[in-house]
Amino acid sequence: MNIQLIQIAHARSGDKGDTGNVGVIARKPEYYPLLVKYLTPERVKQHFAGICIGRVERFELPNLGALNFLLHETLGGGGTLSLKNDAQGKALSSVMLRMKLEITETI
Amino acid sequence: MKQSIRIASGQGFWGDLPTAPVAQVRNGPVDYMMMDYLAEVTMSILQKQKMREPKLGYAKDIVPLFEEILPDVVNKNIRVITNGGGVNPIACRDAIFAVAEKLKIRGLKVGVVLGDDILGEIDRLGAQGIELDNMENGESLQSIRPNVISANVYFGAFPIVEALQQGAQIVITGRTTDTGLTLAPMIYEFGWNASDWNKLAAGTVTGHILECGGQASGGNFSGDWRSVPDLAHIGFPIAEAHPDGTVVITKHDRTGGLVSSATVKEQLVYEIGDPKNYITPDCIADFTTIQLKDAAANRVEVSGVKGKPATNFYKVSMSYFDGYTAFGTLTYAWPDALEKASKADEILRIRLSDLHLNFDEIRTEFLGYDSCFGPLAENAQTMNEVVLRMGVRSRDKEAVNRFSKELAPLILTGPPAVTGFAGGRPKPSEVIAYWPALIPKSAVTPTVIVEEH
Repeated sequence: MNIQLIQIAHARSGDKGDTGNVGVIARKPEYYPLLVKYLTPERVKQHFAGICIGRVERFELPNLGALNFLLHETLGGGGTLSLKNDAQGKALSSVMLRMKLEITETI
Repeated sequence: MKQSIRIASGQGFWGDLPTAPVAQVRNGPVDYMMMDYLAEVTMSILQKQKMREPKLGYAKDIVPLFEEILPDVVNKNIRVITNGGGVNPIACRDAIFAVAEKLKIRGLKVGVVLGDDILGEIDRLGAQGIELDNMENGESLQSIRPNVISANVYFGAFPIVEALQQGAQIVITGRTTDTGLTLAPMIYEFGWNASDWNKLAAGTVTGHILECGGQASGGNFSGDWRSVPDLAHIGFPIAEAHPDGTVVITKHDRTGGLVSSATVKEQLVYEIGDPKNYITPDCIADFTTIQLKDAAANRVEVSGVKGKPATNFYKVSMSYFDGYTAFGTLTYAWPDALEKASKADEILRIRLSDLHLNFDEIRTEFLGYDSCFGPLAENAQTMNEVVLRMGVRSRDKEAVNRFSKELAPLILTGPPAVTGFAGGRPKPSEVIAYWPALIPKSAVTPTVIVEEH
């Protein structure tokens, strides 16, 4: 079935220098394996094409049903150097949750 | 030993809700209140204020705040811990003493933590072989040395613990970690050992939950945000901490907002890197060991936190001047709002190019369309209006000034149906860039001074 990530997850994002961090949290415990399976660093890098210039790192927090992503070279230099409206990466969570996924499971 | 203490979060950043700390000391019982004022670039702003006026350099909002809360703080024996001392904790302390004087409060003990400001030590440290090179990209400090504005070591909880031991009711620090502000009273009250890594990690996790104020109690919550009640009167989070390191996150009764495992989870994943190695001066906390449980309405239990030994380094936060920026906006109305805004961008870029100005970057975004979504933006056809937002950056201030003069002429010399220019010419601002480095713990020593007034 085709879903949008926001149906199974919520998220919060922020900055450290020029790196954006996006924490993605499963809305129900049974959705966490879907996040692990479908939100690969490659898929996330592809989704953020044109926004994230550097590499994407992924970390797992099974205890919270959450994944943490680091998006390197994403904030136009970061801090006061950045000319971006979203210089602090606060809206990267929204960009992430907009991702469309084709999953073999049903939710 | 107390079996539990209540630590309130009063401020998540400099500029946060002014009523929040007042509500925390008035709306129910608390033993401690922590207030975080310092973001990465805040120290450079404060350093510049201190250069202009030696009595400044701390978060000035603290003064009117203490005029409001000091009687409650004293009468209820609440201890307040804040890093709002910025680059001048002594001046901040003296300002609080002046407030006490004005309110006829006697015998107030205030502690300050000094020693984090190493701006004047950089070259001496360099001579000792401590280079302060950029810890993220390895670049040599020498490349930006003349432009350095501020340099501060991130101290942890233990200098604050010392101030509490000396009887300070209020502790003012400079660049202390946000988490240390919360961990310190737990160490002090429960007598935790400096190598009890699991407990230090539990206190550090608690600090991470409290350090952004309302973000843990329903603010900026991307889950079911409509379900968060009465954000107008949001209660900031409170940690009920126990000697074994377990904590309940809650808020005062009869306040708005929401404390649930979902709102706490969102704060836990906020601005972290590798969750197994959350590094502070006090310990390394493992966020993958945190267990959360919804114990009751607006009560979330935090337990199971594991930690590892601290490293031998402090992080240093430095800032340096790196040119100028200016931003301007114009609003374009239907029909073809985006097309007109795009045309305006094209025209302005041609004019700037004709002037042969030197910019490091010119960036155009269309607010309401793509400023957050970039290439993922959709549905441009149906837009009622769009805001053209252009920003430039250059080391040449005159180039940035000239950009500011070139924006408004688009109103009469560009595409039609343009408005929203009431703010006047964009003002150039200085770019303060951030330079993170490491320093051996042995190279700096925190100083604690507690005085009574």
